[in-house]
Amino acid sequence: MSTVEAGPTGNGYVGQAIRRKEDPPLITGKGRYTDDIVLPGQLWAAIIRSPEAHARIVSIDKSAAEARDDVRIVLTGEDMTDLQAPLPMAWVPPGVEIKTPEHWPLARGKVCHVGDAVAVVVADDKYAAVDAAEDVIVEYDPLPAVVDVEEAMKDGSPLVHEQFGTNITHEWGLGSEDVEEALAAADVVVERRVVNHRTAGAAIEPRAVAADYRAGQLTLYTATQIPHLVRLQLAGCLGIAEEHFRVVAPDVGGGFGSKLNVYGEECLMAYLSRRLETPVRWTATRSEDMQAAVHGRDQVDYARMGMKRDGTIVALHAKLIADLGAYQQLLTPFIPSFGAFVMSGCYKIPSVRTDIVGVFTNKFPTDAIRGAGRPEATHLIEVMVDQAAAELGLDPVEVRRKNFIPKEDFPADVAPGVTYDSGDYHGSLDRLLGTLDYEGFRAEQARAREEGRYLGIGFSTYMEICGLAPSRAVGPSGVGIQAGFWESAVVRVHPSGGATVWTGTSPHGQGHDTGFAQIVADRIGSTPEQVEVIHGDTDRGPFGMGTYGSRSLAVGGESVARAALKVADKAKKIAAHLLEAAPDDIELRDGRYQVKGSPDKGLTLADISLAAYVPENIPDGMEPGLDETNFYDPENFVFPFGAHAAIVEVDAETGKVDLKRYVCVDDCGPAINPMLIDGQVHGGIVHGVAQAMYEQVVYDDTGQLVTGTFVDYALPTAAEMPTFETDRTETPSPVNSMGVKGVGEAGTIAASPTIVNAVTDALRPLGVNHIDMPVTPLRVWQAIEAAQGRGSGPRASEQGVPEGGAQ
Amino acid sequence: MSSTVGVRISVNGEVREHEVEPRLLLVHYLRDRLGLTGTHVGCDTTNCGACTVHLNGEAVKSCTVFAVQADGAEVTTIEGMADGAELHPLQEAFWKNHGLQCGYCTPGMIMAAADLLQRNPDPSESEVRHGLEGNLCRCTGYQNIVRAVMEAAHSPQRTTVGPPPPEKPEAREEVGKGVGA
Amino acid sequence: MIPPEFEYTAPESVDEALQALTQGGEDAKLLAGGHSLIPLMKMRLAAPSLLVDMRKLSDLRGIERANGGFRIGALTTHAQVSQASELGVAAHAAGKIADQQVRNRGTIGGSLAHGDSASDMPAVLLAAEGSVVARGPNGEREIAATEFFQDFFETALADDEMITEVRLPAMDGWKFAYEKFTRRAEDWAMVGVCAMVRGDFEDVRVAFTNMGGTPIRASAVEEALRGQGRGAIEQAAQAAAEGTDPPGDLNATADYKRHLARVLTRRALEKAAAA
Repeated sequence: MSTVEAGPTGNGYVGQAIRRKEDPPLITGKGRYTDDIVLPGQLWAAIIRSPEAHARIVSIDKSAAEARDDVRIVLTGEDMTDLQAPLPMAWVPPGVEIKTPEHWPLARGKVCHVGDAVAVVVADDKYAAVDAAEDVIVEYDPLPAVVDVEEAMKDGSPLVHEQFGTNITHEWGLGSEDVEEALAAADVVVERRVVNHRTAGAAIEPRAVAADYRAGQLTLYTATQIPHLVRLQLAGCLGIAEEHFRVVAPDVGGGFGSKLNVYGEECLMAYLSRRLETPVRWTATRSEDMQAAVHGRDQVDYARMGMKRDGTIVALHAKLIADLGAYQQLLTPFIPSFGAFVMSGCYKIPSVRTDIVGVFTNKFPTDAIRGAGRPEATHLIEVMVDQAAAELGLDPVEVRRKNFIPKEDFPADVAPGVTYDSGDYHGSLDRLLGTLDYEGFRAEQARAREEGRYLGIGFSTYMEICGLAPSRAVGPSGVGIQAGFWESAVVRVHPSGGATVWTGTSPHGQGHDTGFAQIVADRIGSTPEQVEVIHGDTDRGPFGMGTYGSRSLAVGGESVARAALKVADKAKKIAAHLLEAAPDDIELRDGRYQVKGSPDKGLTLADISLAAYVPENIPDGMEPGLDETNFYDPENFVFPFGAHAAIVEVDAETGKVDLKRYVCVDDCGPAINPMLIDGQVHGGIVHGVAQAMYEQVVYDDTGQLVTGTFVDYALPTAAEMPTFETDRTETPSPVNSMGVKGVGEAGTIAASPTIVNAVTDALRPLGVNHIDMPVTPLRVWQAIEAAQGRGSGPRASEQGVPEGGAQ
Repeated sequence: MSSTVGVRISVNGEVREHEVEPRLLLVHYLRDRLGLTGTHVGCDTTNCGACTVHLNGEAVKSCTVFAVQADGAEVTTIEGMADGAELHPLQEAFWKNHGLQCGYCTPGMIMAAADLLQRNPDPSESEVRHGLEGNLCRCTGYQNIVRAVMEAAHSPQRTTVGPPPPEKPEAREEVGKGVGA
Repeated sequence: MIPPEFEYTAPESVDEALQALTQGGEDAKLLAGGHSLIPLMKMRLAAPSLLVDMRKLSDLRGIERANGGFRIGALTTHAQVSQASELGVAAHAAGKIADQQVRNRGTIGGSLAHGDSASDMPAVLLAAEGSVVARGPNGEREIAATEFFQDFFETALADDEMITEVRLPAMDGWKFAYEKFTRRAEDWAMVGVCAMVRGDFEDVRVAFTNMGGTPIRASAVEEALRGQGRGAIEQAAQAAAEGTDPPGDLNATADYKRHLARVLTRRALEKAAAA
């Protein structure tokens, strides 16, 4: 593993909680989101979606809609057979076949989930388009639908895609071959079935697309996390050369993975604009986003954890049954596999194996939602550690401590076959316990129980894998994703000394403009105010990979840092030439390039850049200009970690869970901007807590989406959340020059088992030893009733749909 | 098309007159007719609060108001909050406290918070959290939003926005305190 | 989410509004705050041909005390009701409706006319033994809460009638609580319990939100408690779910709602008694 020396530093902006450069337009209503962009001559599309979960399309009558004066075109799937390729799926693991049905922007012949797009109407304005869509009459011949993933695996189940003869898409495994023997040798094997239910990304900005085709050039504005990949993929679908195709991600109102995809609507708007030769746009309603933006999670997991009586974990086998929904979106089948890489958690477990089965059901596809596979795996491991501790009569904190990979073992090879870069798991747990007063809580808990109050504490000590990724590890010959995973950056110093930075990442709230400006300012001797960061436009700056998987800093930021160092290196050479000193004698100090030991002999970046662009006096053979590019492909992933704890009180009469306290210590390496880290942690925790307590995408037995709006899909509000007590340790990664790791997903990865373990801890005196998310009042009450020998228990509502179906 | 109706609405202090379809939602009037795109749409069901504006001084969700209902009224949007180059104390506090990430919920959040502070100039943390229960944020976990609103409440440059609400509000009561009216 | 087309009028007087409503036929609808109707229209679950906007009917706003009770104009917003602490439990419950923005816009008359037993004011009106005043082509009538709510989204209000006023008796000497059980603060009640106690349990009223197609009085509980003391609450609350047939939904099965009704009835009565 190579380590790049940190470059010269300027004014020390890195590490400071600097206010965001992004904010002034956003707080004054001057943001520019896709739906805000007005294009001359724009038309509005409305999409007709299937109300059926599974049906043949018998007929589509467009005539009434076409007859309206304000309608320009009505298209169905059969009208678009000139598309060059179906929507992409990018995972081709060596040696494994993945069943991938053709997936078109508009369905051809049959629909496979509620919300499947069937036809599109384009009209002069958005009100007219919605009116006209109501005039398109589609006749369906309903087919049996399958919703439950384990039912879908059985012989005789309705088939989502008849041509495959099965709903099983693929099987894939990773890890130790000897896991059965290792389990057989354990003193105790703890077995659990853990359901990790379906969730939605639920960015507050719904997806939006505006396509503008004119004179052979296509510009596509889209609320995406991956503009470059959208261009690459849609160029193939549409048959448009990349050089004539520009994709712009303007301000993007949150993503969380739901905008990390190549969607049918993006292809459709581009197609329509080209066909009509005028701009065509579409903005999802929330209901459309709930039906037709990728969902996350949705696994039924079976875990077996082999233990010695002293609490040592000797083996772990996880079987993940992944409900992939009806089609393969960009990385749908890969997501559960991502979890396999972290299945060892923070623990030194000799034998760990993950086996995955992917299954089609009549629901919208799952794909990467904040954490993407790692939250599911972490939830499973951390719940299992608590379950095992309880079964062995041991303290869950002690079991964790006993099994942690010790600090001195890093870099640490683990059974799933990856090498953890750095870590201090005991350090973060100890720091957490220092804040928490664990013993004091246990005494309070005992007193409360005497009063009939049920307090509980839950822990989650997590690690995760991010910083995607070494291309050789993840690409076609490695894990099998059909892409590189490097990132790009350009740092251009202008003659006046200001700088523009282009990054291939594509932020949507993370604060790259600020953090990257801090990184660059220190490295070239400027200030964050003088460094402008540009992203999200394929016509400005080099090809890039985008923002997902907590990669932007560890890969994109590192690329920016390296480009900045190249600039600084050249600037030093010019400075040395002008100051008549040796390049090695030039240091960047307090924002000036000066001769070591002679602070009076120095130049500013502006002095140097002017000399670079008016090259009358630069070293012989040097190219003019001060403008450097970097493409950075990391040699390893990075592995953030931390320790989280939650204290809850469960109202045993109603089942309602009150989150009273949430304490965490996270480690993502040295901070670039600690304020941004805290923000990511806060939001990440709520996302995980939300899954654990509030949010669930529910389809009923017939495949109808019950949680189709924010009335039923329950994002928590400020009123439900406590103030989090966050803290950090800083263990540098040896993988990149800044020692940084990612933090965008950490809170989400850690939080759901923290909550579930706390609720289980509270409920144990009532006889409830295991409960699945979401711990809604209904589910908790049912669990208590069942444990007390009353009622039927939580299984009755496992799909979230109560007796009598949903309203 | 149904017949149109004339509306005269004072938006951020400027009187605007248009002929509109009765079904035109206020949020679309603001965004599409006036180009005031700071007011956003995040849901269909009056839940998310991203479209919050002030109507005669009170926060409302403009996705659930017809433009015709605002005829003769005063509307303040996020674009009307700053006084020239000087940010409103809430805007300043959101910036300073990192009370936003993607920024999409932010205008609605600030408008809701302004209503809250008009009603309750010195709110507790719990009152701020409950006061913002009509606004969803996916990015921030609310922590820095709450901090920003608390800080703005105690800002020396506190100003009110738009006309005062029709009646002087009282702080919300605890259960059972208002015994036997 | 775009509402369907409709014709629109905003009359200057109640009489004109009623005339427009009658002329508009059965597909004409009144528009008050719009916070029940507009969401349905956006979902295209409602498509009135004519909306008669009540916004200019300023006589229908405000609260006054008269004849030993309160007259609340139909267009009085939930926010205004919530600030009128003299209204007792009505003010308290109004403050728990949805969120501030909704309370700033939604009206007491509109909410009652919508007839949704999952919203909070119907149970309050029933417990308080209030009434609504309705005006139509044939004049004005007062409809007692017990008569007003008929079934899911069905009230005694005729298509050509308008609620002009809500009447609540002054509840001097009554103590109260409204227990609203929700997952999130802004949600509709899974179950709500309005409890009122006069003096030392000389009289007791209990009414439920979302336990059936209409708000429901828990007569068995009331009878068991009337004339008894606080000590009888626990036993009496066990009868809370008697005779109810609540609909199951995403968040609560019928059994769970009945259980919640018992628990919340006890809690509401304890709170009211302790107030």
